[in-house]
Amino acid sequence: MKILVGIKRVVDYQVTVRPAADGKGVETAGVKMSINPFDENALEAAVRLKEAGVATEVLAVAIGSAANQDVLRHALAMGADRALLVETDAVVQPLQTAKIYRALVEREAPQLVMTGKQAIDDDAAETAQMLAALLAWPQATFASSVQISDGKATVVREIDGGQETLQLALPAVISADLRLNEPRFIKLPALMMAKKKLLENIALAELGDTAAPSLTLLNVAEPPPRKAGRILNNVAELVAALRAEKVLP
Amino acid sequence: MSILVIAEIDSHGIKAATRSAITAAGQLGGDVHLLLAGSDLEGIALQAKSIKGLSKILVADAAEYANGIAENLTPLLVKLAPGYSTVLAAATSFGKNLLPRAAALLDAAMVSEVTQIIGERTFVRPIYAGNLNATVTAPAGLALITIRQTVFEAVAETGGDGAVESIAATGDAGKAQFISRELAVSDRPELASAKVVISGGRSLGSKEIFHDTLEPLAAQLGAAIGATRAAVDSGMAPNDAQVGQTGTVIAPDLYIAFGVSGAAQHVGGIKDAKVIVAVNHDAEAPIFKVADYGLVADLFDVVPELSAALKQ
Ligand SMILES: Cc1cc2nc3c(=O)[nH]c(=O)nc-3n(C[C@H](O)[C@H](O)[C@H](O)COP(=O)(O)OP(=O)(O)OC[C@H]3O[C@@H](n4cnc5c(N)ncnc54)[C@H](O)[C@@H]3O)c2cc1C
Repeated sequence: MKILVGIKRVVDYQVTVRPAADGKGVETAGVKMSINPFDENALEAAVRLKEAGVATEVLAVAIGSAANQDVLRHALAMGADRALLVETDAVVQPLQTAKIYRALVEREAPQLVMTGKQAIDDDAAETAQMLAALLAWPQATFASSVQISDGKATVVREIDGGQETLQLALPAVISADLRLNEPRFIKLPALMMAKKKLLENIALAELGDTAAPSLTLLNVAEPPPRKAGRILNNVAELVAALRAEKVLP
Repeated sequence: MSILVIAEIDSHGIKAATRSAITAAGQLGGDVHLLLAGSDLEGIALQAKSIKGLSKILVADAAEYANGIAENLTPLLVKLAPGYSTVLAAATSFGKNLLPRAAALLDAAMVSEVTQIIGERTFVRPIYAGNLNATVTAPAGLALITIRQTVFEAVAETGGDGAVESIAATGDAGKAQFISRELAVSDRPELASAKVVISGGRSLGSKEIFHDTLEPLAAQLGAAIGATRAAVDSGMAPNDAQVGQTGTVIAPDLYIAFGVSGAAQHVGGIKDAKVIVAVNHDAEAPIFKVADYGLVADLFDVVPELSAALKQ
């Protein structure tokens, strides 16, 4: 069984993001970029399935500029067998991403596609569901546990107020929650080995028509600031303040 | 054209989040219809009929819709959507799972987790864990939208009189099978809609200490209990207690954070709270930047003192 893992390069989660000067995007100049944390969980799950003898090959794919090679090298160092970069300088939104993945699924014929439940930049949480729809495959989003046997995936999903278990007939699409696993720490030898693995580039146009309705970004701004807070001296002051706010009886 | 709101049903009936989605639909203008898909819907259809703001309730009553399986519900949405300008649901785990699947098959625009409706096709949605807001415009034509439940007040459960209409089911897609669901049972109010939420971080130290420290105060305040990801990951609190980007976004009247550092991913989930209180013994903790009131103190001193003060 081959597993295709979708990976996105995003502003590192520890960076405090700021709107770009023109308000039309986010300031990325000189900002640390990393693999989307949720995608790292998806990749870790795929690599573990390979280590367990369930999967035979793990293919990591990213879409974007040549700069994406760093996250793909990271994926190879984590244990992906091969990597594929669909090169484009355009901003690719979820439905187009799903169409690109569909074209790759047609080329590579994986039995399972895994990706993060959302990317921490646009926080859309859409791509996995869209891809599953386009392929007419079942989906399990927000997965916190995945087990594969007899051509079926048994997935525990995080839902509001608890969790649920689904069983999907493969092929299927699964999106990973952070709780799925703890991604491994990459050691230097693995990084060196990764340099020898195959990283293939494909021009976006090679995949045919992937156009999709997209949103126009008008403006990016910081949310209105909360009014300045006060440090109080003791619990009595706190209780008085909260009663004055009418949030305590 | 009209707007179709997708209802989310649990054991108590139609969820409050759906009534928030109806409010958002009302802001878009036009007739609002509700799609009620599930099984054994008779009682629930009556409940829907009296919800304010609906002109029509479409009832698709069939076994295959019983557990909110996206693979089974999507064909129904794809069939109905072309008759509407907008398909709308709350950005709950149910709505987020379903609407993008339908949007892809309809090749339509998808706008997730909308927090403000500016115009018919212009919306504000949070990005980067809520640290920034993006204003986006969807192209003309059908759009599918999920809205953040906490920023749209739910319409009233009574006072409406929508027309109830049965519609044909679309069958079992046979792709995904529901096995089981475990929902947390708690005497406390639901985290997403509670008026008061108190939460604890990693510093609580263990499941027992977390429980013994926060539970009595929560009972006193009628509060829901939240937690940071660090607290959840170390097994102190259940998964569904997590507040923030990966957990539940909340907007209570009062939020009290005990021993929470205030990471961006956590703060993104509490920014809409009316009053935020932070108790942390590190005066430099980032949580104080968003708190209305702060106590630089040991939480294990503050919790009992607060409890005692509330009894007076
Ligand atoms: C992709 C991604 C998504 C994430 N999503 C979420 C999310 O949804 N929600 C979330 O919460 N986190 C999330 N996180 C994790 C987040 O980045 C932080 O790691 C986490 O919120 C920290 O939790 P904490 O405040 O309990 O722990 P810490 O950061 O370790 O902070 C503990 C705090 O407790 C204080 N303290 C210790 N002892 C006491 C005491 N006795 N009295 C008073 N104060 C004390 C310390 O001063 C410190 O400030 C996410 C991370 C990533 C990468």
